[in-house]
Amino acid sequence: MSVTAVAERRSIVRLLRGVRARPLSTVAFAFVLLVVAAAIFAPALAPHDPTDQSLRTRLLPPVPMAGSDPAHPWGTDPLGRDLYSRVLYGARISLVVGLGAVALQALLGVTIGLVAGFYRGWIDQLAMRIADVQQSVPFLVIVVAVAAVIGPSLRNIVLVLGITGWVTYGRVVRAQVLSLSGQEYVSAARALGVGDGRLMVRHLLPNLVAPITVIATLTVSAMILVEASLSFLGLGVPPPTPTWGGMVAGGRNYLADAPWVSLVPGFAIFSTVLAINLVGDALREALDPSLRG
Amino acid sequence: MTTYLARRLLYSVFVLFGVSLLVFFLVRLAGDPTALMLPLDATQADEERIRRAYGFDRPVPIQYLDFLTGAVQGDLGTSIRHQQSALGMVLARFPATLQLLAASLGVALIVAIPLGILSALHPDSWIDRFGVTLALVGQAFPNFLLGLVLIMLFSVHLGWLPSSGRGSAAHLILPAVTLGTAAAAFLNRLLRSSLLEVLSSDYVRTAHAKGRSRTAAVFHHALRNAAIPVLTVLGLQILQLVGGAIVTETVFAYPGAGLLLVQSLGNLDFPIVQAFVLVVAVAVAFVNLVIDLLYGLIDPRIQFS
Repeated sequence: MSVTAVAERRSIVRLLRGVRARPLSTVAFAFVLLVVAAAIFAPALAPHDPTDQSLRTRLLPPVPMAGSDPAHPWGTDPLGRDLYSRVLYGARISLVVGLGAVALQALLGVTIGLVAGFYRGWIDQLAMRIADVQQSVPFLVIVVAVAAVIGPSLRNIVLVLGITGWVTYGRVVRAQVLSLSGQEYVSAARALGVGDGRLMVRHLLPNLVAPITVIATLTVSAMILVEASLSFLGLGVPPPTPTWGGMVAGGRNYLADAPWVSLVPGFAIFSTVLAINLVGDALREALDPSLRG
Repeated sequence: MTTYLARRLLYSVFVLFGVSLLVFFLVRLAGDPTALMLPLDATQADEERIRRAYGFDRPVPIQYLDFLTGAVQGDLGTSIRHQQSALGMVLARFPATLQLLAASLGVALIVAIPLGILSALHPDSWIDRFGVTLALVGQAFPNFLLGLVLIMLFSVHLGWLPSSGRGSAAHLILPAVTLGTAAAAFLNRLLRSSLLEVLSSDYVRTAHAKGRSRTAAVFHHALRNAAIPVLTVLGLQILQLVGGAIVTETVFAYPGAGLLLVQSLGNLDFPIVQAFVLVVAVAVAFVNLVIDLLYGLIDPRIQFS
């Protein structure tokens, strides 16, 4: 095993230990795993088809409220669709968008940051000025505008979030590469004749795994929130596919009589984002002990 | 100072130029923008007419130059749906949005400053733990859901506050709390950690040793220094608030520019979308410039060069 691979493995082990060190983050980590399992096994776990409508089961309250039906433990929406099944299926969209967008952002941001920090000069200037322009308009504004132009679909949402969200990764990676480039082991590798590409991928990248992991964890939750906002505004994955944000929007006109229609999916968004943030915070503390306290 | 200001302004112009490119190509992402501007039952002749009227039949670089020339002169095209100046429509709705942003920022600071100070003065106390909880919950709670919960409580059940529209101060309370909560959650933690760092510095310890209470040290010495990082982040927070305003205005049917944007996206009325993005970019550039100049006021050691 190469030295860099050992360093890489060590930093990941340290991160996981950081999560285990706090009971709250362990619970949060377990909850995140539960949501992932719910999304993967939704077809097996869901008692009903998430798009099945029935006028006879309209607006049933969740158990244990009066008038609830055990066949619909979390209640039903105005079209009589089972909220529990819809939340399970909705987890798929949230997680696919969250993970897919973050993977794309990281890929783009890390590549741009590595190249900009390594070569500096005009490439660096160009990349950072593009970042400046992107950061002068609110992220959500760019995302809603692009989503409206290219049309809402699962693939397009992942693409839009992925392409517009690279800036944080790009800036962090660039700054790290700039500081690492001056270190002796980089000069040594260069003196030994290691090529640029190999130097970036085998020597610089392993040192960036930990900060990238932390940013990625925290941006997964941010992307889940953005996807929920898009769906709430009607610019996300179109119906009948259940999305958590779309479900909250669907309950807007029933707040007085059937608040659970919005609250059940809303709580799914809140608890998932909270759990991911807690895991992310624990990772960050494990990485940088100076943040403790 | 003048050189700095000139350079800073030049930089803002560059960024706005970049945004104009972004906005111009945005509408062309899906290919021919004519298709986006036509009703479903449009004829071939309609298509030709629109293409000529908006200059889409000309080469793209010329189209961009036309767009830029218009933009500099304050002409960002005509709303397809309303047949009015797109820029005029966005600007007419902007004061409402600015009012909402100011009120939310007010809510955020009213909560974050006392909470941040008390948390820093009494680390690990119940108020500090309250601050941590607020930060965690505030950042995980989607603002549209918070808006709906507030409507449910204060409009539907208690009947204390209006659930939608604009007009009185009461109309502003729920939207401002909805939009300001996440910022309050974040800023209070930032102020706390920034204050804790300053409080452990030598000059605060000296002030303490000379008999000043910790509270007096905070107000006379630490707060000003702790304000610098908070100010830096405030610029980014305002950007976030503008994004959040789109959702908040939709939840409360608050007639600001954000609601206009969402309605225009629904109608594929792209001149308004373009005007909105450019107006926001100009406003953000201005706010960042003001924040940069404020650094010097707060800390005279910061030199503009």
